[in-house]
Amino acid sequence: MIQVKNLVKKFGEFTAVDHISFEVGRGEIFAFLGPNGAGKTTTIKMLTTLLRPTSGTLEIDGLDPGAHPNEVRKRFGIVFQDPSLDGDMTAWENMEIHGVFYHVPRKVRVERTEQLLRLFELWERRNDQVKLFSGGMKRRLEIARGLLHTPKILFLDEPTLGLDPQTRNQLWTHVKYLNQTEGVTVFLTTHYMDEAERVAQRIAIIDHGKIVAEGSPEELKRQTGKESLEDAFLVLTGSTVREESATNADQMRQMAKMWGNRR
Amino acid sequence: MSVIYVLWLRELKRYIRSRAQIVASLGQPLLYLVALGFGLGPVFQKAGQGNYVQFVAPGIIAMTVLFSSIFSGMGLLWDRQFGFLKETLVAPVPRVEVMLGKVLGAATVAMIQGLLVAIVCFIAGFRVVDVKAVPAALLFMGLIACLFSALGTAIGSAIENIQGFQLVMNFLVMPIFFLSGALFPLSNLPGVLSVVTRLDPLAYGVDGLRTTLIGISHFGLAADLSVLVVITTILLFTGSYLFSKIQA
Repeated sequence: MIQVKNLVKKFGEFTAVDHISFEVGRGEIFAFLGPNGAGKTTTIKMLTTLLRPTSGTLEIDGLDPGAHPNEVRKRFGIVFQDPSLDGDMTAWENMEIHGVFYHVPRKVRVERTEQLLRLFELWERRNDQVKLFSGGMKRRLEIARGLLHTPKILFLDEPTLGLDPQTRNQLWTHVKYLNQTEGVTVFLTTHYMDEAERVAQRIAIIDHGKIVAEGSPEELKRQTGKESLEDAFLVLTGSTVREESATNADQMRQMAKMWGNRR
Repeated sequence: MSVIYVLWLRELKRYIRSRAQIVASLGQPLLYLVALGFGLGPVFQKAGQGNYVQFVAPGIIAMTVLFSSIFSGMGLLWDRQFGFLKETLVAPVPRVEVMLGKVLGAATVAMIQGLLVAIVCFIAGFRVVDVKAVPAALLFMGLIACLFSALGTAIGSAIENIQGFQLVMNFLVMPIFFLSGALFPLSNLPGVLSVVTRLDPLAYGVDGLRTTLIGISHFGLAADLSVLVVITTILLFTGSYLFSKIQA
């Protein structure tokens, strides 16, 4: 379903993704793990047509995202790591816009929106502007929105960041359900190793833009001789904390705060 | 529902929901109208040019439409900052449609703002010379709105951060406004200035409004209309090209 060969992305001198290759099979749940700044999000952006690779080849369902962006976009859904909701719109309207974007028929859209908003306990607040929501509620809405249409591939970029255990449980149960009933291929990243272990059939670990290990959770544990995936992860990626420079978007957010922007 | 329609509706809803902003954005044109309109009125009258409020009102309406449309178009920058842009960029819809929804929404908001200011001008004593010409004046307002919404969207696609906003304001929007003849007649200007004003697209918009609303023309309606239509078309194409090239 996803094929990546010798993928490279450079930002000026800095190489964010350095000759990585991997494959994700149809109907597989694949976890892409790595420390902050390892190149996970950059890889997802290239897979989802948001960034063009410096070199290497990509295929999503047999299609090159660079050559057929719209065909590729029809095939995936994504829950971003950063916020991507419209704060001025209500929860319902955010779902509605998404449904129109993905050509979900009106009747299905209304039904599924209600079902998902209830599942993630946002139904009571559906007519409130999203900027009034708490961090956790926004996160839940992002996830509900990402699940509104049924894509062939679902990208989840640290979807559970800042969520309570209840919601995390809801999310993974639902994702597994989609995987089993609809055969949705799932590509996820997370910092919670227990989640990866619980959900993913296969795991790739990326560090400094390179894939350092790949296999099932059991294989990775066996390979490193550790009891838990977390320990295996630390053996593979070292225990130093990574420096991450503030991104452009972060800087802009700070500027906006400084200027007392209304959102 | 089509993509263009939901995005158009989104712009409209955002506008209606920010009531404080509506009031605030009427303050500036009101200040120009009162301070300049009544302040410079006597001088203008003595120079034999007639009633200044009457002269300046079309200019103030054009200014409102200019500011509103260019800023709404540049609202793309806020979408980028707050992340909603990513949602639109990965959606399986032609980016041209996303861009058109944005431009039409921004233009509609600018039209509403322009109409509100027109009402304020009417209260301040501005009178239309020929009521039959009002639809034509609305057409010119619409053209100004579309032109600068497209420009704002193009700029919003090309620059990545808010710092660039101030630059655009000082070196593009303010010159476009001041050199458009919104505040003074374009006839008998010194050489350089008369050339520069000819290059300002808003000059043709202001002239179109002035011709239709108070019957004073500088370039002639045919010239006004064709320049505005041509530049709007060019900017729409440039805007969609730049928008299609955005990477996040």
